[in-house]
Amino acid sequence: MSFYLAIIGTKDNPLFEHEFGTSKQGGDGVARFREEQRHMNQFIVHSSLDIVEEVQWGTGSMYLKHIDRYTNHYISAFLTAGNIKFLLLSCPDTHSTSSSSARGASSASSARSSAYTSTAFNPTSPAIEEATKNFFLEVYDAWVKTIMNPFYQVNMPVRSPVFKGRVAGAAKKYL
Amino acid sequence: MTQAPSKSNSQNLSQQHNARGTVAPNLRYPSNKKTIYDRNLNRSKNAELSRAAFAYLFVEMISYAQKRVKGIADLEARLNTQGYPLGLKLLDLLLSRTPTSSAQPPTTRPTKILPLLQFITTTLWRHLFNRPADALERSAENASEYMISDNEPLVNQYISVPKEMSQLNPMALVAGIVEGVCDGAGFTTRGVSAHWANGTSVPEASGTTGPGMWPGKTIILIRFAPEVLEREEILSRGSGT
Repeated sequence: MSFYLAIIGTKDNPLFEHEFGTSKQGGDGVARFREEQRHMNQFIVHSSLDIVEEVQWGTGSMYLKHIDRYTNHYISAFLTAGNIKFLLLSCPDTHSTSSSSARGASSASSARSSAYTSTAFNPTSPAIEEATKNFFLEVYDAWVKTIMNPFYQVNMPVRSPVFKGRVAGAAKKYL
Repeated sequence: MTQAPSKSNSQNLSQQHNARGTVAPNLRYPSNKKTIYDRNLNRSKNAELSRAAFAYLFVEMISYAQKRVKGIADLEARLNTQGYPLGLKLLDLLLSRTPTSSAQPPTTRPTKILPLLQFITTTLWRHLFNRPADALERSAENASEYMISDNEPLVNQYISVPKEMSQLNPMALVAGIVEGVCDGAGFTTRGVSAHWANGTSVPEASGTTGPGMWPGKTIILIRFAPEVLEREEILSRGSGT
């Protein structure tokens, strides 16, 4: 699994970006996005902003759960009280598993295994939802601390390496 | 002394290499090695500020705002601007501090006008002044106008407004905070302003508490934008009430 987190301001402007991989099931925490996929991630996340605006008044909860999907990219969202959007794109690794298994096994079985990994991921399963929620809550805690900074004004990009470290720590803990 | 900064510089450089594309600023840790991220958000929950310190600071804020203004409206607008960012920040802070039964912080946002105003008059007022606001009313003439009244505003306690500036109400600062909260939560306003209850600019709200009893009574008038009311109507229709 590879993840891409974007924090979007009130004017749909990006404030913070972070890429990481799963640390569960022996993952090394490194994102496995192909180079051309990186900017696609930004497009996909940006297009799901509309859906956030559609659902944001229907519920009083900050955690909006899984809201959008584009092929095998799944988007979960969290909306802070101040209308800042946290969007998490999760993408099961298909190319990396197929390339590693293609070395030993036949191409047919590798196709099956890659199909398996992409369908096995279910963003609405309770375990995934809970993990994502905990991750968002930890990022939110760090976020509130960021905006408590008297020199921080709304919609300013966050460049603090400590904040990045906090996000990476939460990612390692829960995803 | 000369070696320590260069060491931290080289650390920053390596961070710069790790964080591809982002510019790592020269991070300086406070002397106790604790950044704002290491502090608990509830640390100052019950802390109180000295009233004298507030009064002194507030006087400085007013005289700073007064320096380059043309009139009273301009001055009030400046005080409003000073309060606005406070509102944006307090919204998130106070919502994340709201106590819940579970150990996890609550994750709800106000999506309707009434819960938002209740949040302002109770939670926000308690945080700022240690007591809830005295009244919350909806204007009879205009459905988009809400009024929060405070009989004895703490902000105005040590301020005597000169005769020639009798229109000025320093609660404009608090009006700015309220505007920040409303705006931050997605309830656009067409302005939040503070008025004296016995002034002529605001129609008498209820008349039960005359200005004689509370000479400093102040009304904060919130005018929501039409699209907010429109959304409110759609939401209440959708939930079947």
